[in-house]
Amino acid sequence: MEIHDLEEVLRGHPFFEGLEPQLARLVRGCARLQRFDPGQRLFREGEPAEHFYVLRRGRVALELSVPGHETLVFQTVDAGEIVGIAALVPPYRSLYDARAVARTVVIAIEARCIRDKCETDPRLGYELMKRLVPVLFQRLRATRLQLLDVYGAPGD
Amino acid sequence: MFMAPPATDIAPRDPLLPRIVRLRGKRREIRGVWSLEVVAEEGEPLDFAPGQFSMLTAFGVGEVPVSVSGRTRDGIGLVYTIRAVGAVTAALCGLRTGAPLGLRGPFGAGWPLEEAAAREVTVIAGGLGLAPLRPAIEAVLAAGGRLVLLYGARGPSEILYPADLARWQSARRAQVEVTVDHAGPEWHGHVGVVTRLVPRARFDPDTALALVCGPEIMMRFAVSSLREAGLSDARIFLSMERNMKCAVGFCGHCQFGPHFVCRDGPVLGYDRLAPLLRIEEL
Repeated sequence: MEIHDLEEVLRGHPFFEGLEPQLARLVRGCARLQRFDPGQRLFREGEPAEHFYVLRRGRVALELSVPGHETLVFQTVDAGEIVGIAALVPPYRSLYDARAVARTVVIAIEARCIRDKCETDPRLGYELMKRLVPVLFQRLRATRLQLLDVYGAPGD
Repeated sequence: MFMAPPATDIAPRDPLLPRIVRLRGKRREIRGVWSLEVVAEEGEPLDFAPGQFSMLTAFGVGEVPVSVSGRTRDGIGLVYTIRAVGAVTAALCGLRTGAPLGLRGPFGAGWPLEEAAAREVTVIAGGLGLAPLRPAIEAVLAAGGRLVLLYGARGPSEILYPADLARWQSARRAQVEVTVDHAGPEWHGHVGVVTRLVPRARFDPDTALALVCGPEIMMRFAVSSLREAGLSDARIFLSMERNMKCAVGFCGHCQFGPHFVCRDGPVLGYDRLAPLLRIEEL
């Protein structure tokens, strides 16, 4: 895909919707399209988080290995969402495994590249923060409800 | 001159007096949850409106409120989906086919289907909350309405009515999304709480109605997501659960502010409920 097209793809994604062209060009410089087959890992828990991913198509399962139990999927992320936020937050290490459960197409954004650009141009950093905080807020709220285990029968 | 009283076919049924009905069949839905098919002894059809509940008696044990979750295939009986959690529900789920049980009702206000049939309907159900919504879903689809169903369960093995979900998924005017709170790696569907599905739902917030049923905390989170999606309180309806005893507004056990949930509910508009849900321990 041409670089110009990738910029359009970025701006067409809900996460970057409305991003001004000059800032979209900065992001584009750190981005590339990537495909994952079902079962393929995007990243593993504990690894350096080198990319964050903007999902265009498919579905990614976020999971944790639990000793003595089968792997636990605690969330799925679909087209239109993002995954790999740990790449933007120190110490930049993945906190869980991410596995494609369907054929998945992402825009992979190189974390060090985008972090450096955010330092150089605080407007980009602020735009990114304004888009990330609502995602984190929604996920925190969902996690609270998940922790309540509201569907459990007494004694479960 | 002696005047004969006007002829009546049958005395009005005393709403406090259970009628004897029979368990015609039962089916295990998920772990600890059974659907009971109940028919009248006299064979006359039992009627209800989607969203209403009945009081079911396990003789010698007690009586509990249970939402009607559908009609029997032949249309003459009613289906109740029950989780065996206490003495009465365990006794009801343990009944053998052919056993008698007591039935009062159906009672209460159901889903606003007259309004819903003309619009698109977004249904958010959690866990067993799908049971009182199943007849409403069938009614919306039968009336040619557009349906968005967002359903959340604890895990893949606790998804209620999988055959119905598959049938609704294939309906032309339906968007059905199912999620579970946790799963193993073999599950390829959504994982996460049901409210995370709201942004995926395709509905017009200016015309859609939302019908919500599940644990009360889940409903509060669902309402919050629906409001963020642009729905006004007047278009959101919840099925409330309180301690229904008499079921006809006499005893006050189910009082919820100015409402008796048994008589004014169980389905109530969120515009009426919002101020009450903010009161602690009400």
